[in-house]
Amino acid sequence: MAETIQHQPAALAPGRRQGQRDPGSLRYRFGTFTRRHKLAPYLLLAPGLAGIALVLLWPLVQVMIFSFQNYSLMQITGAAPTQWVGLANFTVTFKDPEFWLSLRTTVIVAAVVVPLTLIVGTIVGLLLNRLGKKMSVFVSTAALMAWATPPISAAVLFYWLVSPDGGVVDWALAKLPHWLGGGAQWAGYNWTTNGWLQAYIVVGALVIWQAFPFIAVSVLAGLKTVPGELLEAARVDGATPWRVFWRVTFPLLKPIFLVLLLLSVIWDFNIFSQSYIVTGFPGNQNEYNLSLYLYDKAFSSTIPSYGLGGAIALIFAIILLVVTVGYVRTSIRQGALT
Amino acid sequence: MTGTELTATTVARALSRALAGSGHPSRARVAKRTRAFSVNLLGVLVALVTLFPLFWMISTAFKPSHEIYSLTPSLIPSHPTLGNFRAVSSGQVSGGIGTVWLFFRNSLAVTLAAVLVASLLSLMASVAIARYRFRLRATLLVMLLIVQMVPAQALIIPLFLDFKRIGLLQNLLGLAIVYAAQALPVSIWMLRNFVATIPRELEEAASIDGAGGFTIFWRILFPLVAPGLVATSIFAFITAYNEFIVALTFLGLDQHDYTLPIYVTYFFGRGGADWGPIMAASTLYTIPVVIFFLIVRRRLVGGLVAGAVKG
Repeated sequence: MAETIQHQPAALAPGRRQGQRDPGSLRYRFGTFTRRHKLAPYLLLAPGLAGIALVLLWPLVQVMIFSFQNYSLMQITGAAPTQWVGLANFTVTFKDPEFWLSLRTTVIVAAVVVPLTLIVGTIVGLLLNRLGKKMSVFVSTAALMAWATPPISAAVLFYWLVSPDGGVVDWALAKLPHWLGGGAQWAGYNWTTNGWLQAYIVVGALVIWQAFPFIAVSVLAGLKTVPGELLEAARVDGATPWRVFWRVTFPLLKPIFLVLLLLSVIWDFNIFSQSYIVTGFPGNQNEYNLSLYLYDKAFSSTIPSYGLGGAIALIFAIILLVVTVGYVRTSIRQGALT
Repeated sequence: MTGTELTATTVARALSRALAGSGHPSRARVAKRTRAFSVNLLGVLVALVTLFPLFWMISTAFKPSHEIYSLTPSLIPSHPTLGNFRAVSSGQVSGGIGTVWLFFRNSLAVTLAAVLVASLLSLMASVAIARYRFRLRATLLVMLLIVQMVPAQALIIPLFLDFKRIGLLQNLLGLAIVYAAQALPVSIWMLRNFVATIPRELEEAASIDGAGGFTIFWRILFPLVAPGLVATSIFAFITAYNEFIVALTFLGLDQHDYTLPIYVTYFFGRGGADWGPIMAASTLYTIPVVIFFLIVRRRLVGGLVAGAVKG
């Protein structure tokens, strides 16, 4: 059973206080029982773990069960029996071109947005490190404000920025000179319903705007740990800033970058509220990412199917689990468990 | 705003420093000044681009309708009005379902309840993890790391059905329970580090002086771990205040219980887009939390980065 790390402090003073002196009292008996069986850690853990188990773990088990059943409205009301259907939900999903389209969108968005976020964040982090105190506070305050904006607010705001009817982005693009790609064709340009690419350019810009501050601040925290003499020595030897970064800074910050990369992949695979707003769910099916596709199958389609939704959720969770395992392994290697 | 003033003076100073220089500056000094100038310029650019969307949101919120849809949008409203704010605070907007204050109250109630419950439960659990060795301790830690990564989208179907069954679906209590649980894994993970840094001798000394378990917890551990609790509370606060998919699914047509994000999207999606009131509502939803973040920034950045960098 339980074993305290050194010795249990409370055991030193059994029943010394007034309330615990009476061996018959409930409190005293509870105390000795807890100590005798070394239950303290379990009692402390129980409420929190119960919450996690009921709200996060049990639903995960249920998703797995649903994905092999024909669970739907009929089964909830009891009009038809719940049946095990084997892999039918998965077969239907894998045969649906919309599934592959939404998966493709999700993968492409992550593959483009993750590196862009990391690059922008790293550049701003390096910049913050070079700036004077006042400027650094100014820039990091601006970044913090973008990061603090609730995603829904940011999504509605970006939708307004690119609105074909009075949006400032179309106005500015139309005003740009031709050699910069501007021109009258941008006036009233519709970003949100023209196709997945345009819509996810907006979503991507939005995600980068909200995510780069976190990367920048993390990189800055890492940069503070890089010994100044090392950079100075490299510079004295005539290395360009580019080479200093790749040969000195980057190798030292590699563990931080790895964690940030894995976190960003997980976050960008999970994009839901931003794409929900920008694509005007349930608008154009071709603009779904995996999350929207899943949500549509479970709640919005004419015949909601929790079994089908469960199968998609399971596929989604397994894809993320692969990345998460990488994240957990990295964290453990960096000593997170100590 | 002090922000723009700050930029203006900083730019001016950098400019004068770069341009004015002494009579015959050496080449190295010129290069150094140009570099300092371009770094500052880049900083100003990054800050302005980052701030622009928020600035535009606030600017739109104060514009009368004819200025919002004007063919030549102006940066600052030329005839600023409180009309949009009046519209949302009285609920007199197209697709309006109530005053913005009702939804503010809903959001705050759910968020604060979730923060309180998550803080208490995670403090207890983190004491167990940091102070005791017990079976499956390492397994538990790994499980926490994995569980925090499972997205709400993957769990939303069973959550919806389970909460429907126990009658907590169109209900703020149901939301608060889910939000508290969602915040738990990260909160436990973060607090565990804070508890581990408190010297065990303090508790032992108190114990020798005759303090019981609960006295030690409240008098010794709690005050020392308070900074950590602030960090985890902020995390739980963000999670709950920003949460969208669970509220969207749970609340459905129960408009009286909408939280702010659901309210903002509700009348955003209805009857064309009346951007003045929408931006006013967004501003009211966004600005309090942004100001709050700026106030607690030191703790916040420290705590979250420590969490990310350490694991």
